[in-house]
Amino acid sequence: MLAAAALLVLLAAGPGRADTGRDALREELLLSPLPAGDVAATFQFRTRWDADLQRGAVSHYRLFPKALGRLVAALGVRELHLALTQGFWRTRTWGQPPLQAPAGAELWVWFQPTVTDVDKAWKELSNILSGIFCASLNFIDSTNTVTPTASFRPLGLANGTDHHLLRYAVLPREVVCTENLTPWKKLLPCGSKAGLAVLLKAERLFHSSYHSQAVHIRPVCRDASCLAVSWELRQTLTVVFDTFSSGQGKKDWSLFKMFSRTLTDACPLASESKVYVDISPKNKEKELLEVTPPPTSVLEAVVQGDKRTYAVYDLLSPSLFNTSRSLNVQLKWKRPQESSELPVPILHAHRYVSGYGLQTGEISTLIYNTHPYRAFPVVLLETVPWYLRLYVHTLTIITKGKENKPSYIHYQPAQDRRRPHLLEMLIQLPANSVTKITIQFERALLKWTEYPPDPNHGFYVSSSVLSALVPSVIAMKDMDVEQSPLFTSLFPSSDGSSYFVRLYTEPLLVNLPTPDFSMPYNVICLTCTVVAVCYGSFYNLLTRTFHVEEPSRAGLAKRLANVIRKFRGVPPL
Amino acid sequence: MGLWKVGGVAGLSLWAMERSLQSPRTHSITHAFSPTVRTSVMSRYEMVYRGTTAQEEAALDVATAREADAALHPLQDASLGSLTVYVVPETSSLLPQGVSVYVGKHRSALVKAGGGLAALRTHLRQLTQVMSFTASSIAAVLSDRVPDGQLGPDTRRHLKSSLGYEITFSLLNPDPKSHAVHWDIEHAVNRYVQPILDKLSLVANFSVDSQILYYAVLGVTPRFDKESSSFLLSAHSLPHVINPVEARLGSSAASLYPVLNFLLYVPERSHSPLYIQDKDGAPVSTNAFHSPRWGGIMVYNVEAPASPQASLPLHVDVDMVRVMEIFLAQLRLLFGLSREELPPEFLLESPGNEGLADWELDRLLWAHTLENIATVSTTLTSLAQLLDKIGNIVIKDDVASEVYQAVASAQTAVAELSLGHLHSAFQASKKAVTSSERAFFDPSLLHLLYFPDDQKFAIYIPLFLPMAVPILLSLAKIVRETRQRKKEPTKMD
Repeated sequence: MLAAAALLVLLAAGPGRADTGRDALREELLLSPLPAGDVAATFQFRTRWDADLQRGAVSHYRLFPKALGRLVAALGVRELHLALTQGFWRTRTWGQPPLQAPAGAELWVWFQPTVTDVDKAWKELSNILSGIFCASLNFIDSTNTVTPTASFRPLGLANGTDHHLLRYAVLPREVVCTENLTPWKKLLPCGSKAGLAVLLKAERLFHSSYHSQAVHIRPVCRDASCLAVSWELRQTLTVVFDTFSSGQGKKDWSLFKMFSRTLTDACPLASESKVYVDISPKNKEKELLEVTPPPTSVLEAVVQGDKRTYAVYDLLSPSLFNTSRSLNVQLKWKRPQESSELPVPILHAHRYVSGYGLQTGEISTLIYNTHPYRAFPVVLLETVPWYLRLYVHTLTIITKGKENKPSYIHYQPAQDRRRPHLLEMLIQLPANSVTKITIQFERALLKWTEYPPDPNHGFYVSSSVLSALVPSVIAMKDMDVEQSPLFTSLFPSSDGSSYFVRLYTEPLLVNLPTPDFSMPYNVICLTCTVVAVCYGSFYNLLTRTFHVEEPSRAGLAKRLANVIRKFRGVPPL
Repeated sequence: MGLWKVGGVAGLSLWAMERSLQSPRTHSITHAFSPTVRTSVMSRYEMVYRGTTAQEEAALDVATAREADAALHPLQDASLGSLTVYVVPETSSLLPQGVSVYVGKHRSALVKAGGGLAALRTHLRQLTQVMSFTASSIAAVLSDRVPDGQLGPDTRRHLKSSLGYEITFSLLNPDPKSHAVHWDIEHAVNRYVQPILDKLSLVANFSVDSQILYYAVLGVTPRFDKESSSFLLSAHSLPHVINPVEARLGSSAASLYPVLNFLLYVPERSHSPLYIQDKDGAPVSTNAFHSPRWGGIMVYNVEAPASPQASLPLHVDVDMVRVMEIFLAQLRLLFGLSREELPPEFLLESPGNEGLADWELDRLLWAHTLENIATVSTTLTSLAQLLDKIGNIVIKDDVASEVYQAVASAQTAVAELSLGHLHSAFQASKKAVTSSERAFFDPSLLHLLYFPDDQKFAIYIPLFLPMAVPILLSLAKIVRETRQRKKEPTKMD
């Protein structure tokens, strides 16, 4: 049976072998119950193409989407990361995300060293991407683009990391919806017609607490010797369903309940098609949950410093569809879980804006390190729009009541209407501590044409970015990164004792002094009315003729007096 | 700004030169075409007659016309837009029986003398038109200026002249579970498409790419025909076929050039074999059709496996020769290089491996130069109209210099055309198009940036309305009083 399956895979992946380069598609779905009772579903579609896109000679596409391939080749892109997100990943209650993205749209790109005018290429790229993904990425301009020096390293192959080739921008106001999902699905080789992508039904995906879709393009080593380059496209989609409230207080879920679809087959072009269900035992108790149908295999892996157990369903194994025609993964809790303490992630952060009035304010960021005995450094990136004028001398970093001096600070002040503030700091977080970073700002007055529609809604300040190598509580094995599920292979891990985490804080909403936009029209109306009234009376004065007229009929007073007299029985006047 | 109003291409003259080594006698023929009232195109053929040289005599002294054509090629002055015609005696055995005009692969032709000078002259006139341009080909490139309904459907088939084109070959495999289709497109492009594009590189830049789209279905469900146990797509349903596919083709995001799409459709297993029917209900022999200014689609049926138990997916190797034959024919059609109906005594040499004869390239250049000049004049005219409409529009210096450059280049192109310098005329016309488009699409000329006057009036309604009230009232009063005054004298009587 297994041999037959292997044959099937070979035949499906057969064409294309002969020409420019082999390409392969792997599709994965990770279902993980979150501590608070929600369920996170993470899709990942990995297309690997053993061809060098940069040389420009390649123009015959098979699995790799042509639109993106041409973009990479034409604009000299070395690495591209685009994420469109609706909602906010609550690290405190949901735990460490597999791959977080800030609310709104995030785009960061490394360009090739051969690109001479990076800003022009960046502008062009964001415009093209905005066309491809139907997103307002064309609003990316110099006022929201920064060049971080430490936070964003290339995730793929790179020789030399000259950060002048990097551009990073976030649009926190961007609303993500169906029109962004459809072009994203169109990039998949199987579309949404077969494989795991049949579950991607817009009306369910956007009826959720968190939705994030991303595209990552990067060059990777073709093999262990790394003499040739392959290009990798990862399309990921994370969605968090609130099963607790929709399932009448029960935390049971199934594929059909979440997506209103079930899986019937693998994408015929995929060389790997797997569904992982996180069934890690929590609080060292015996397994409380039960998954049906029985999984094809069980995988144990160390992911983000935590030992995890996954039930694996291999959609390419023919035994899976032997008993029933469709796969509907279900999870049931054997007995109601007592609301135990939520496990706290080692690194999490919280940010808010404080102050009163419309002149000044303060941005505070709280970073938590809950590791019992290890301290570790974290790189914090803050991008603040120019209309919030930061007072850098008020920057204070306090840990455990003492001042914490950052070992590295990169600050680029804003220029009005030209570029935003960029603040990057490397801060050491002592074990079991809370670090509070505050900075005061002044709100600027905008020109009246610069206000967006509905300015009283407020102005968004994009999430700050925390990047850290978090020490692992348990030792991690050095495993074959390429084979491990999902995202472990996206971020490089330096050694077995720590793992890379990138977190985003909440975006901020700040009110700016907003003028009364109807005021000019009100002034026009008022002055015009005054002028018109003056004109009218003057005109009347000039044109009317006045002459004395004898009262011919009784006046109103006289008539009234007569009525009263009638009542009194007195003869009228 | 009235300076920029350029009318039609009035009084433009074209010369097709016929050069020779010695030029003892010259004479010229003038034609005038006027596709529209405002546009007229004048052409003049300058003919030079001379005797053949000894080398040419030797080259003509071969068995067949094809060999003579090949031997004569190195002896010619092969400048763009010129033709060399060799008049061979009636007794010559070079041309086959019944053929009196032979058009070679390059810029030369053989004409058999006979039937007197008048017959020779008609042959020459037809020949020069075939090898350069005809009234209908001129009308086709100026089709934007011709009112609808005056031209046949074929004239709108041609692609607009552009600085570059993108050619995309797409393999549509709606059923990857049953068919694992493999096409060696890279080799096919290098072997069949690249030679013709190399030749056309003078006309425009080309880029070729290909993609495979899975689960891409046509927009029409084919009809099952019991007699032939096959599926049929009727001609009237073809316009609806492309729409759902087009959404997935992924238009070129990185460039602004027009895209030519060539789709190879391998029908689903449940819908094969699939045949295209023409208007009369007969199956189309090529099983392909093209869409004007868009590209072509070919249906490639996969033979059913010999044994029904054959394991799926079925491995299919596409026969690229068959496919490319049709795509190349469609490519020629889209560029307006279709061979027109000719009198039976004409014999055209097939362009061979290059896919395009030299004189066909000239034809394309003549047509594109003319189209470019017409486009420039249209663009600048509409820009002038825009300026007339919005009085307070600001023309920046760079826009103005682009306009000046466009006009100068267009004038150069017209002057070069009238001298018969096809290549430099084409280059100048290209430059004119680029400049005029850049001026026209300059973001500062966006007309939404300028306030329309009616909105200004709307703002001042609070002033005008109350002021109008006493004026109107007193007007009404005056009317009332004059009426009363008119009535009063009659009462007096």
